[in-house]
Amino acid sequence: MAHAAEHEYTTTGLSNRKMLMWVFLGSDCLFFGALIATYMVYRGQSLVGPYPVDIISVPVTTISTFVLLMSSFAMVQALAATNADNKRAIVGWLLATAFLGSIFIGFQIFEFNSFKNEGLTLAGNLFGATFFTLTGFHGAHVTLGIIWLLCMAVLGAKGRLGPGTALDVEILGLYWHFVDIVWIVIFTLLYLIGGFDAGPVALPGG
Amino acid sequence: MATITGVIPRPTTYAGVWGWMTTIDHKRIGILYGLTAFAFMLLAGLEAGVIRMQLVSAENDLLGPARFNQMFTMHATVMVFMVIMPLSASFFNFIVPLAIGARDVAFPRLNALSYWLFLFGALLMHVSFLVDQVPDAGWFSYANLTEKPFSPNRALDFWAIGLLILGTSSVAAALNFVVTIVNMRAPGMSMMRLPVFVWMTLITSLLLVLAFPVITVGLIELTMDRNFGTHFFIPSEGGDPILWQHLFWVFGHPEVYILILPPMGIVSEVLPTFSGKPLFGYPFIVFSGIVIGIMGWAVWSHHMFTVGLGPVANSVFTITTMLIAVPTGVKIFNWIGTMWRGAVEFTTSMMFALGFVALFIVGGLSGISHAISPSDFQQQDTYYIVAHIHYVLFGGSIFGIFAGVYYWFPKITGRMLDETLGKINFWLLFIGMNLTFFPMHFLGLNGMPRRIYTYSAEFGWENLNRLASLGYIVLFVGFLFFMYNMWQSRKSRPAGHDPWDAPGLEWSISSPPPVYNFAEIPQVEGRDQYWIMKAKAEAAGTPLTEPEALIDVNTVHMPSPSYWPIVTAAGVALIGGGLLSHYAISFLGGAITMMGVIAWSNEPTVAPSDQH
Repeated sequence: MAHAAEHEYTTTGLSNRKMLMWVFLGSDCLFFGALIATYMVYRGQSLVGPYPVDIISVPVTTISTFVLLMSSFAMVQALAATNADNKRAIVGWLLATAFLGSIFIGFQIFEFNSFKNEGLTLAGNLFGATFFTLTGFHGAHVTLGIIWLLCMAVLGAKGRLGPGTALDVEILGLYWHFVDIVWIVIFTLLYLIGGFDAGPVALPGG
Repeated sequence: MATITGVIPRPTTYAGVWGWMTTIDHKRIGILYGLTAFAFMLLAGLEAGVIRMQLVSAENDLLGPARFNQMFTMHATVMVFMVIMPLSASFFNFIVPLAIGARDVAFPRLNALSYWLFLFGALLMHVSFLVDQVPDAGWFSYANLTEKPFSPNRALDFWAIGLLILGTSSVAAALNFVVTIVNMRAPGMSMMRLPVFVWMTLITSLLLVLAFPVITVGLIELTMDRNFGTHFFIPSEGGDPILWQHLFWVFGHPEVYILILPPMGIVSEVLPTFSGKPLFGYPFIVFSGIVIGIMGWAVWSHHMFTVGLGPVANSVFTITTMLIAVPTGVKIFNWIGTMWRGAVEFTTSMMFALGFVALFIVGGLSGISHAISPSDFQQQDTYYIVAHIHYVLFGGSIFGIFAGVYYWFPKITGRMLDETLGKINFWLLFIGMNLTFFPMHFLGLNGMPRRIYTYSAEFGWENLNRLASLGYIVLFVGFLFFMYNMWQSRKSRPAGHDPWDAPGLEWSISSPPPVYNFAEIPQVEGRDQYWIMKAKAEAAGTPLTEPEALIDVNTVHMPSPSYWPIVTAAGVALIGGGLLSHYAISFLGGAITMMGVIAWSNEPTVAPSDQH
């Protein structure tokens, strides 16, 4: 039954579900685009602190970013194992991906908590509102991905993943890599570029 | 498998209410969309009636200002999100798979989910009437009027959360139609052989997929401002209400094309059929549609000329707005070219299509007049804008949709609508529409602001307002004729499979179509495939008089009905309802959604009992 999708006729030859995921990711681009735009518009517009320079720690988040990137590597391995029909490696790499994703989420929980303790809240200033909204929705995407990975790992443990169902793993991989790429954009803008803002920033034209 | 799907048996019935609730047949979902949207149209029409009653005379005190605000807000919100969009979706659902020679959409259960999300989201927003906290900030609900200090009750939360659910529904449906149209075409149906209606569906779906996330972010930020203490749109804390306007209109302008492109597609089917010749300049119409879809993203700030974005921004958006009129003009000339020297047949459907072209030109011309930003300073927020939007959305979208109803009704039900009643219906709507909305041009230029609940007699606006209210009565009677026409059709003569000698594949099968649509997936040889088939048969001396023969339904593998779309949609609606009342309900809704999704993904597409 799950194999039926492999044999379906489509006009382009691309599977329907894979195309659905691509179009959905296009939609999600605009979602994150609008959130990022909100952050950029309000960059340096907070009237009161804490400001990014007061609380953002680039080294700590560099570690969690590295972990998330490594999870993409594990995801690639999971797909390779699925195509190679290596049942144990499939489960192993799926769990590794989920584990690395969970470490990233752990870092995020730690970060949110310590920021809160240093006075950054949703209601406190615009930096808090935009930061928590954007990274929070990203974290929600990662969390959903982890749940999905774990569900797939269960299927893998039951021996139901293999070359015939590689598409299921591939679509999950598309989602997971997309969420990683979004994080690279967020990390660049919020940490590497915006992380050193101290106080209101005079922007060109602003 | 030891999951819920193993415990609850798969629904197998196609009959009765239960059959409709678990249906995943695109034709039934199309009918559900159409009937639901029509019910909301009557509701929003009554709201318009209340507005016209209030404005019929100066210093009228039928409604207070608060109630009046609720009426125009809900009238517009319902008409845009719960009437025109789902009516278009109704045609997408019913017609697109038939027109491309497919047995269903790519994701039948996702399609059912879209419908139930639409229904529950719309109902959730209308719960606001029961608790008398009705949204009242206008259909674009500008910040910071929408913030807690100025709108302290739950009204705007109902609005925002209702729209979030409706948006989810639209995006899910649009994803489905993009994949269906790109990937489910019959062999030989290349992109440049697609019926124009299908093309417009594709462009509209892509616009939906890309535009709705932007308003979603705006609505999330508004909801957070109102409930979690953020200050996205509150200037005293550094927030910027103008950001809401940008987010709204970056979505809002593509949305305008989401509302008009499907009716343009319908008209592009109706005009060739009743002119007896193929659409003139097919590639031009298609590429104009694509250009409109792309350029629709570059004009949003023409809604914001008076905000003070500066002369450069205003000039740029003036120019882009003028440019987008070009592809629309191209289409109009092609439609006229289609009729030129054709054997024009004045059926009701054709008359609505002609009405569409004529009234849309009027709306387009007033649109150009406020594309020019200095001129727009005079027109902004006056009844001139109200006149414009009703010429493009009533004269345009609704007339196009009526053309589609009269055109495809025989296919959908197997019965003919009465042509005499139809013509009375058309003329009443045409006259009523012009009586109601044409005077608004003058009212606007005479300075009457939109959204005021009353006005002083000294302004001299009373006579034109009376005329507009009289027009409403004509429209009302027109709708009564339409409903009577629908009602009497149950006893009218059977339509046959091809009452109009139409070009589309949908006319090659019986009316109403069998559950599997095509007994044999057609091989497409060109544009207007059914005309080609009929001409070939004619040349061979064996004219096609019968639809494709029916086959035993049990020999066709069709996806089985499913409970999970409606369960999942109910879960999502409960999440939204919980945000408006108690968070506990949200958690319950979340659990139900989760259960629905897991059960859904464990459910085989075809029930074991149906496998052969």
